[in-house]
Amino acid sequence: MLLVIVDQDRGVLDELSLQAITFANSVDPSAPLVGLVVGASGREVADTLGRFGFTDVYLATAPDLNDYSAAACGRAAAELVSTLAPTAVIAIGSQRGNEILAHLGAILGLPVATECTSLSLGSPTHVVRARWAGNLMESAELHGSPAICSVVSHLAPPAAAMNQTALVTEFFPNFTDTDLAGQVRSRIAESEGGTSLADAKVIVSGGRGVGAEGFGPLEELAHLLAGTVGCSRVVTSAGWRPHAEQVGQTGTKVAPDLYIACGISGATQHLAGCRNSKTIVAINTDPDSPIMAVADYAIVGDLHQILPALVAATRTARGI
Amino acid sequence: MEILVCIKRVPLSGAKFSLTADGRDIDTSRLGFTVSPHEECAVEVAVRLVEQHGGSTTVLSLGVEDAEEQIRDALAVGIDEGILLVTDGEEWDAQATAGAIVDAIAESGKSFDLILFGNESADASGNQVGIRVAHALSRPTLSGLKGVQVSDGVLVGERPAGSVREVFEVSLPAVATVKDGAAIPRYPSVPGRIRAKKKPVHRSTPTRPLSLLAKQSVSVPESVGKQTKILGSGPEGISALVDVFRSIGVI
Amino acid sequence: MSNVPASAKCVVIGAGIVGNSVVYHLARLGWTDIVQLDKGSLPNPGGSTGHASNFIFPVDHTKEMAQLTYDSVKQYREMGVFTECGGIEVARTPERMQELARRVSSAKSWGIDGTSIITPAQIKELVPYIDETVILGGFYTPGVGVVDSLRAGTIMRERAQEMGALTVCAGIEVIGLDVEAGRITRVRTTQGDIEAGTVVIACGLWSPKLAKMAGAEIPLTPAVHQMKDIGPVPRFKDAKGDIEYPIIRDMDTNMYERQHGTGLEVGSYAHRPILHDPEEVPSVEEAPLSPTEFPFTQKDFDLQDEHSLELMPEIIGDESVGQKYAINGLLSLTPDGMPILGETPEVKGLWSVAAVWIKEGPGTGRAVAEWMTHGESEIDLHSSDIARFHDHHKSRKHVKDRSAEGFNKTYGIVHPAEQWNSNRNVRLSPYFEREKSLGAVFFETVGWERPFWYESNAHLLEKYGEAVMPRTAEWESRWWNPIINAEHLAMRETAGLVDLTAFALFDVIGPGALEAVQRVAVRQMDVAVGRVVYTPVLANGGGFKSDLTIMRLGHDQFRVVTGGAHGMADKKWFRDRLPADGTAQIVDLTSKYTTLGIWGPNARKILSAVTSADVSHDGFAFGTCRTIEVDSLRVLASRISYVGDLGWELYVPIEQGAKLWDVISEAGSPHGLLPVGIGVYGTTGRLEKSYRAFGNELETDYNAVEAGMTTAKVKAADFVGKEAHLRQRDEVQITTLCSLTVDDHASKSGQKRYMLGREPILTKAGGPIEDAKGRRSYATSAGSAPSLGKHVLMSYLPPEYATVGTELLVEFLGEQYPVTVAGVGAKPLFDPENLRIMS
Repeated sequence: MLLVIVDQDRGVLDELSLQAITFANSVDPSAPLVGLVVGASGREVADTLGRFGFTDVYLATAPDLNDYSAAACGRAAAELVSTLAPTAVIAIGSQRGNEILAHLGAILGLPVATECTSLSLGSPTHVVRARWAGNLMESAELHGSPAICSVVSHLAPPAAAMNQTALVTEFFPNFTDTDLAGQVRSRIAESEGGTSLADAKVIVSGGRGVGAEGFGPLEELAHLLAGTVGCSRVVTSAGWRPHAEQVGQTGTKVAPDLYIACGISGATQHLAGCRNSKTIVAINTDPDSPIMAVADYAIVGDLHQILPALVAATRTARGI
Repeated sequence: MEILVCIKRVPLSGAKFSLTADGRDIDTSRLGFTVSPHEECAVEVAVRLVEQHGGSTTVLSLGVEDAEEQIRDALAVGIDEGILLVTDGEEWDAQATAGAIVDAIAESGKSFDLILFGNESADASGNQVGIRVAHALSRPTLSGLKGVQVSDGVLVGERPAGSVREVFEVSLPAVATVKDGAAIPRYPSVPGRIRAKKKPVHRSTPTRPLSLLAKQSVSVPESVGKQTKILGSGPEGISALVDVFRSIGVI
Repeated sequence: MSNVPASAKCVVIGAGIVGNSVVYHLARLGWTDIVQLDKGSLPNPGGSTGHASNFIFPVDHTKEMAQLTYDSVKQYREMGVFTECGGIEVARTPERMQELARRVSSAKSWGIDGTSIITPAQIKELVPYIDETVILGGFYTPGVGVVDSLRAGTIMRERAQEMGALTVCAGIEVIGLDVEAGRITRVRTTQGDIEAGTVVIACGLWSPKLAKMAGAEIPLTPAVHQMKDIGPVPRFKDAKGDIEYPIIRDMDTNMYERQHGTGLEVGSYAHRPILHDPEEVPSVEEAPLSPTEFPFTQKDFDLQDEHSLELMPEIIGDESVGQKYAINGLLSLTPDGMPILGETPEVKGLWSVAAVWIKEGPGTGRAVAEWMTHGESEIDLHSSDIARFHDHHKSRKHVKDRSAEGFNKTYGIVHPAEQWNSNRNVRLSPYFEREKSLGAVFFETVGWERPFWYESNAHLLEKYGEAVMPRTAEWESRWWNPIINAEHLAMRETAGLVDLTAFALFDVIGPGALEAVQRVAVRQMDVAVGRVVYTPVLANGGGFKSDLTIMRLGHDQFRVVTGGAHGMADKKWFRDRLPADGTAQIVDLTSKYTTLGIWGPNARKILSAVTSADVSHDGFAFGTCRTIEVDSLRVLASRISYVGDLGWELYVPIEQGAKLWDVISEAGSPHGLLPVGIGVYGTTGRLEKSYRAFGNELETDYNAVEAGMTTAKVKAADFVGKEAHLRQRDEVQITTLCSLTVDDHASKSGQKRYMLGREPILTKAGGPIEDAKGRRSYATSAGSAPSLGKHVLMSYLPPEYATVGTELLVEFLGEQYPVTVAGVGAKPLFDPENLRIMS
């Protein structure tokens, strides 16, 4: 039996977790799936999880657990592991998924393989996992039971809802004070930037080639296309744009409908963040720069000449 | 306050990796080295906190002898001293790494108020060393932080979550893992570099335990091999590009 | 990706500053159907040009480099990519101050005006962020500037394209070069083959790899020079341009500092030489920055951080100024520090334009394009000629050792006669051990160890006293000894034995041999067997390619004897002009024969003591050669004299040299024969006789008329340069080679100073002297003429100064000394009637 950790935030199911379910199914199609939801706010989510193929769903609650805590989730999972003895524990490779598994592994003294693309249970278990944000793949042996793994996001499709239900059982883990101390205390508005980069449908992104003073046309174009401005790490390190706009391995990973890369050469760091975009357009003087490996379209030339003209043409096309 | 920040030496890559003959690693013979961007920010956070609150900072790395280069880089931006746990170049998995760090902390005789890590390393991306160290030391962890403040013995951390920021608070001593964006790392000045040469770096050579997550081989994934359609050079490609905008539906 | 044309008239491989300059100048000279390839992308394919510091200091002690740089600056200015900012070479030591004075002189010699020595206070005014208390002064060149080399390359390339002469194929790698019957025929690339009869390798540090594909060699090595960019600098906060302050070269620490927009770029040539193999250079995809930007090794810059902090504490000591970018940048180094230009000796049609820096890029492109088009270039490139290398020069070890040794001298104080330390004792004459036991002090020429003087002759110093013109100043005493002058005087009294094994020798043989040598030599070569002809060798334009001796040993056999330094280039010159029908061949005999020279009043007495051949003046005429028996040896004796005294050159197979030495030495002992070094042979002897030397007086810049080397009649047979030579004979002569003597050696402090060569000759008022073509007068040679008791300089002078008795000045290390024209044209100062030679 496989344990899948399903994340929820204030009663809203994390869609990415559904990918973990599909992955779990592919690991062992015959094994029953058990789900874990943590926090009383997740009660409704827990109730609906049966649709996605779980035989059982466990809901971990505590009077002092009022919001998300990675440590608490790890603790809950650990208790479930000792009770149920699953062969594997699987979560999605998101920030929350990875940190929860890390806590789990620390509590149980077991290894954790994050960002996996494949998992073969056995003695030992074999995994293939992503290094360098997917620019290098690693084959490894995992010596631990259960096998604790997170799956890279956007690898597996989200599990489809079916006409099923699962038994929901509430349980009350022995959370420590430390577990509870790590809860979200409050939330504040995101101070930097307008539309969140991760949600934008169109991103107009600039690199070193744009220069400190050159982002005006990018902002205009983003505005005309109802999108947002992004940038490479070079740009944020230089202090030209806020970090919230950084696209890349250590910035935000984006998957918009349209990603326009202006004056970005395409270091692996950056490509890791934008390669899942549906359409990528590169504007660059160098037809052989690495960004071209992922670009669907390109205009070769000086962006300082091209962008203002592109803004004008877009304005005309929109009839403004 | 006393702060420990842990860093890892990783190669500076181009757009394509070449592998060693035995397929177990990246061929680094022509590459330079650095630390992961998350860790660069962790170092900057450490330096700033001590600038604000007083105290001292230590940087620690588990790596080959040449990792002294990365330690000196950290010393050059203001960290006070370094600890180098020297390895023979074989990779240590996350549990082993955390164990060595915990041992080194005990050996140092210091009790650090705050221990900083990058959220995940650029290469292995395990996401777990900081959390494991925290459990071993019975401390709370805040991970994935993009904002770090300390006031009155309390660590306040922020991190983005969708369209908002989550805010956390735990009392020190604590562990925090930090993400790129938590601070803009400063460049070392020449006087900083000169001072760095004289700061102490303590060394020890821990023994590597058996790996429970043992790398067997690596491979470079096939690139999708997109055929980029060049719409034109210079402004002549613009009308074709606007057509593309239409066809996608953004206009 | 573009495909490549199936054929081209010329393929240029490389799109850095060099490749771009070459394609432009070829197009300008009328070439069409040129294809340019680069495996990287444009405008910055990732070579050394892409990260170069891009500044140009025009003053160099070497005339060739100064000329190439001067021309390059002109071209950069014309393209609008040159920003003048001025440059100051600062001195921290008194030795360096002396060296800076030398640079002022070189500037004047090469026509770079406006330079001066300035004080620390003046430097501070120009560069306020310098700590003037750590320096003693500086050499200021207002004309120093920075260039946008990538832009320049693009402009030149696009100009060639606009002329319809050029097809550019970027992102295409050359994988093979095909050679058939010693000629280049084809370039094979990742995108197809190109048939081509002319291929130019302009690949910077990748050049050796390309050359190897064709079986040729380009002896350079990739090497590191460190540079870092720091900023933002508060003082440069409002910088409007790239550079608004002069560039500082901190010569004594081998560093430079220049403003770079809002930052400061700091570079160093002070670190340990870090040489790489071309195989270690990554591809464009693998390199994090570019293939020639290697990761910075901070440890190698630690000392430089401190040095730069000393000099510019305001900026470097500012904690807010951070290190934003730092690299170990790769560039090309060669064993002798000069570029590698010309058609490769191994493969016809395959040209090398390698080891060229930004500062001489466009000028080199022009010169090589001219060479490819006309067979010669306006600027004499003999020091950069790829044909100059002997075999051992091309070995990996030699290239690395000498490049490493030369690297730390990039801003060094290099004495004109300075010797190399690495890789010595490679080519030893049969007399090496004998010479060693005689206390020979060896100087190296193309690998040969040659005695410059012999310590065993030290006892002569007492005999000759002040006549040896002793030197007390340290600089001109370096790599010199008064024993040289004593040997000279003794030779002129009795006789001297000179080891000339370093000669390059080759025979031209076959039914077409006469035609072959006739074609190359200015003098008549259809002479009787046994005649020895000393002849200039001219380029098409009538300037000098060489001067050498040819002996007719048979109807179809001519032996060419030339100085070792230039021998390989001479050999290629002859080989390239052999009759096309293959009726003549060249046989290199350099390692087969050794030469001993014996000259002096007693030379005949000594020689006749060991041979029964008739060596009387009538029996063995001057300018003839024949085989004589000396002891049991068959010796080819040639009666000529580069030292201007009675005597012979004696040639024997190399394994018999030691025996010859012993026989002659024994016979010479009662007649005062002494071993005499190259100090005499190369300098003192010939200066007294106004004999010219290639590379000093003789270059393509000057023609035979100006050098005073014409004969009454010109032979009817055609030769290279004949048309120009005939024309020049009829033209008004605008400069003449003269010999000058130094009248007063006393410096301001009263010490006697002795010039070493290349110093500017000035009017009595201290102004430069320039001929109608803009050529400056400078000492082409300088040295002692002991028999005259004078220090002699040779210099070209325009007609208004070229008369005996004209009083002028020579500038040496910051002071001016009176000189007088003592001889005009070829008339020797010593024994003008040549009585000694003809005795």
